[in-house]
Amino acid sequence: MHRAVRLLIPVAVVFAASCGAPDETAQPSSAPIGGASGTELAAVQVLHRGNAAEPQTLDPHRAEGVPESNILRDLFEGLIDASPSGELIPGVAERWERSEDGRTYRFTLRADARWSNGDPVTAADFEFSMRRTVDPATLSRYASILFPIVNAEAIVNGDKSPETLGVTAVNERELEIRLNAPTPYLLGLLTHSTTYPVHAPTVTANEGRFARPGQLVSNGAYVLDEWVVQSHIRLRRNPNYWNNDKTTINEVWYYPLENQDAELKRYRAGELQIANNLPYNQLTWMRENIPNELRIAPYFGSYYFGLNLTRPPFAGNRELRAALAMAIDRQIITEKVTGAGEIAAYGWVPPIAGYAGQQPEWAQWSQAERDAEAERLYAQAGYGEEAPLTVELLYNTSENHKRVAAAIASMWKQTLGVNTRLVNKEWKVFLDTRAAKETEVFRAGWIGDYADAYSFAQLKHSTNVQNDSGYKSDRYDALLDAAAAEPNPALRADLMQQAEAQLLEDLPIIPVYFYVSRHLVKPWVTGWENNVMDQHRTRHLAILKH
Amino acid sequence: MTPMGGLWSDAGRALRRNRAATISAAILLSLILLVIFGPLFSPWSYDYTDWGEIASPPALSNGHVFGTDQLGRDLFVRTLYGGRISLMVGLAATAVSLLIGIAYGATAGYFGGRLDHVMMRIVDILYALPFMFLVILLMVLFGRNIFLIFVAIGAINWLDMARIVRGQAMSLREREFVVAARTSGTRAGGIIGRHVVPNLLGVVAVYATLTVPQVILVESFLSFLGLGVAEPMTSWGALVNEGAQNMESAPWMLLFPASFLAITLFCLNFLGDGLRDALDPRDRSGR
Amino acid sequence: MLRFTLSRILGAIPTLLILISLSFLLIRVAPGGPFDSEKQLPPEIEANLRAAYNLDEPVVQQLGRYLWNLAQGDFGPSFQYRDFTVTELIAGSFPVSLRLGAMAMLLALSLGVLAGCVAALRQNRLADYSVMTAAMTGISVPNFVMAPLLVLVFAVWLGWLPAGGLGDGSVSHLILPVITLALPQIAYIARLTRASMIDVLRSPFIRTARAQGLTPLTVLIRHAMKPALLPVVSYLGPALAGIITGSVVVEQIFGVPGLGRFFVQGALNRDYTLVMGVVVFYGTLIVVLNLMVDLLYGWLDPRLRR
Repeated sequence: MHRAVRLLIPVAVVFAASCGAPDETAQPSSAPIGGASGTELAAVQVLHRGNAAEPQTLDPHRAEGVPESNILRDLFEGLIDASPSGELIPGVAERWERSEDGRTYRFTLRADARWSNGDPVTAADFEFSMRRTVDPATLSRYASILFPIVNAEAIVNGDKSPETLGVTAVNERELEIRLNAPTPYLLGLLTHSTTYPVHAPTVTANEGRFARPGQLVSNGAYVLDEWVVQSHIRLRRNPNYWNNDKTTINEVWYYPLENQDAELKRYRAGELQIANNLPYNQLTWMRENIPNELRIAPYFGSYYFGLNLTRPPFAGNRELRAALAMAIDRQIITEKVTGAGEIAAYGWVPPIAGYAGQQPEWAQWSQAERDAEAERLYAQAGYGEEAPLTVELLYNTSENHKRVAAAIASMWKQTLGVNTRLVNKEWKVFLDTRAAKETEVFRAGWIGDYADAYSFAQLKHSTNVQNDSGYKSDRYDALLDAAAAEPNPALRADLMQQAEAQLLEDLPIIPVYFYVSRHLVKPWVTGWENNVMDQHRTRHLAILKH
Repeated sequence: MTPMGGLWSDAGRALRRNRAATISAAILLSLILLVIFGPLFSPWSYDYTDWGEIASPPALSNGHVFGTDQLGRDLFVRTLYGGRISLMVGLAATAVSLLIGIAYGATAGYFGGRLDHVMMRIVDILYALPFMFLVILLMVLFGRNIFLIFVAIGAINWLDMARIVRGQAMSLREREFVVAARTSGTRAGGIIGRHVVPNLLGVVAVYATLTVPQVILVESFLSFLGLGVAEPMTSWGALVNEGAQNMESAPWMLLFPASFLAITLFCLNFLGDGLRDALDPRDRSGR
Repeated sequence: MLRFTLSRILGAIPTLLILISLSFLLIRVAPGGPFDSEKQLPPEIEANLRAAYNLDEPVVQQLGRYLWNLAQGDFGPSFQYRDFTVTELIAGSFPVSLRLGAMAMLLALSLGVLAGCVAALRQNRLADYSVMTAAMTGISVPNFVMAPLLVLVFAVWLGWLPAGGLGDGSVSHLILPVITLALPQIAYIARLTRASMIDVLRSPFIRTARAQGLTPLTVLIRHAMKPALLPVVSYLGPALAGIITGSVVVEQIFGVPGLGRFFVQGALNRDYTLVMGVVVFYGTLIVVLNLMVDLLYGWLDPRLRR
């Protein structure tokens, strides 16, 4: 038996922004652009995109955050790629086979895949790259995402050499990946930047400094052209990309814009064609003035509050946890506080194909019924007007977190009489406090790395480093371990659903809403499709005459 | 006795001649009274959220004369509470910086010589420390408590005060009443406390009036970084920052708190300049 | 003069050493580390990282290593921006900050001195009050209100100027950030000029000049200006250092790649090397600028010349 796979999550943005809700503005899915599809293209194909924060690195194996991933998807292509709507499609691999037991995959690479310098992309490049990711010397902070691969964990821990990794180049075009257990989400995982190929000769020659303009050799639709820290990153079309004929945009600029208000103004002034993060407090204005440019879509993320189960008042007090969970009016939060169209959440896993999200019974009740039950449970837990609960709620510095926290505190106060002490901490201190379990209620959010319920389910396993509630349920762990080893997708989903139901029974967390992605896209940018992973590769886009 | 009475009555006369300063003082006084007693006349508390009135414009009909913010909280009450915090924070930090600055500067200036040299050397070193870096570190360390932070800001903001006071103390050292006290055997601590410090108060008053607005601005900068006072409590800086993000869609969220903040800063600065003209004919170092 | 300059530079070395050690310890005392992130690292990976950056050594040893590298001109690699060294980051952003800061300072100096002189000549009269009221707008409206307001009006509504970025480096991109940076400085300089000008105008040698029948303007320019500007000059050094490194708000709102953001982000990200780099740079800048101010002072005020 292997241990639970520890995976996941990015969102390492300093002034951590968050996101929002359902798809009200379904976009007509435009055909992938490739030359003329009835509409005339603009003469100048240069795209300007807002991109949240300065990337920490453009070394795909050391990157971890969303801003760098956005750029890396333009620069590199993995074995598997994603279509504009987010479906997995062949990338560098043109086909693959899975063994009976689901533990071995064999990929055949396309013959015409080329690096930006003209070298062919080979199976050996992938072998080199995945070994590099798990090699402790690389200092990859995301290497644990590859733990499902044979020996990956032992290599990261320094117990085995990188050559023992279960990734082998059988010949120039055949690559074999061996897994510890059937891992149905492997293909999704292979779209992640830790599995991207890097060009071995240039990487070896400039270790640590190869991700620079003029040095970075990449295999995607674009190459790195210019990088001015805190100003912009400019990519230029890669003529050696195998699918270059289908690329329309010649040049793309990414701007690290932390201030969402400033980003919106630059978008309005016409300096950006795509705005990446929208300020919540101006959604109303956008809905009234530029409704056609607003792209809001469900995003694979969950916004919730964690409860510290390791100490009072929540340790062993399910009634209190349930009372607080029920006393939150999620309709008000999603409609009036955030208001982008977030989906009120009563369960843990956001809606995703192939999985039936679970909900507690009270999700179906009216808010008045919930409030009444909350009051009953609150009294049962031993609190009341005479002996009100005083609780600390920790959140990190961000306009949106502040508003949600203030709203929830106010609901608890107005429904139950709970005194909430709101504690705002700067990001790093927040992380430390939360991980040390030194608080009572804490803000948290999770965004899946790959489109599979397991990327959420594993988080609450008692062995997961990220389990900040200190939740430990033998039944939950057992169900999850069984799911991890289950090759049949339907049975596997069922096991995970049972686990989620158990989690919602125990309530170590209070779900609040499921995220939506929020962007502004100028009407003359075509090819943009909403997708649950919020990935929008530039090569799928084009600029129309306007 | 030291010649203090004359200084103050002269100053009072000079100040009254300066109309900008007089008017500023009057406005400040009424603002302080409003901030202290105003909330008593409002039916809302600063953290009550009225879900039916999210970001509604000022109106007499629903009782929200300044409108509400995006959580439906009454802006009139919040502006006044924010004022309490901003002013208290300004005063607390200034008081701390004065205490340290006066004690330090008076000691260095009065004793002079090598002690003075060493003490001023330390001031030089601290001057080269970037203020913002220190403030952010302090925020990180004391994240929980806004007053501790401002006590700490005061504790690093005393350098200018120490320099000014030192200069004054050096000249006072040779004045006849100090020399007399010294020859009659009074201990140095007593002389500094009884004779030197009281004669510095003119300079100190000027400096204090000009420090308060600076500190209030520092607080608003911290709010811009999201490191300010904890919700649901608020400050002018926090309100103005929220308002600035809504300046188009909900201008009242910016207008009211920003006016209070700007008027206060204007008045404090005019009053400080007026006091300087009146009290402090020599020192023009300005910082 | 050369000896004076040299001795000042040598005298600054202990100051800088203490400054470095102090900051080095302070940033390490702050809770949270450079490797904390939303996704917690498995302990083994974190241990690898700490060892790679020598964070597993005792602090004193780390400080020694840092000073040794610094003596050789090596600021080390940035923790946060992993593809760059701190030297590269500072070298890339300083010219931008210097250009903005110098332009803002020039603007502030010309407007501030003008306003201060007018106010001093008309002390406690309408012209004094209105000029000073206008000047003080800069310190009464926080720059995070002024900056978006300017962008909204001039970039979004009127479309006259760019909303942000440096674009091709043209002057039009600099106008709004320079104005925002200059506004508070105008107020401070106007106030300093006014106060010292009032003082100078009262002094005997000015009365003598007036008695000789010179027009007030001639007296002001020819006799009063130089001495009245002394406090302004001593203010310039620290102010320029502050404006170069302290323009976080302006950089963030206008998307300008300057030094100021590294202070804030370095501290918030616990990017130890970057923070140390900008602190050392700032400290050196203060020393150099103060030296220049002293030299300038000597030129303005011959009495101080030795």
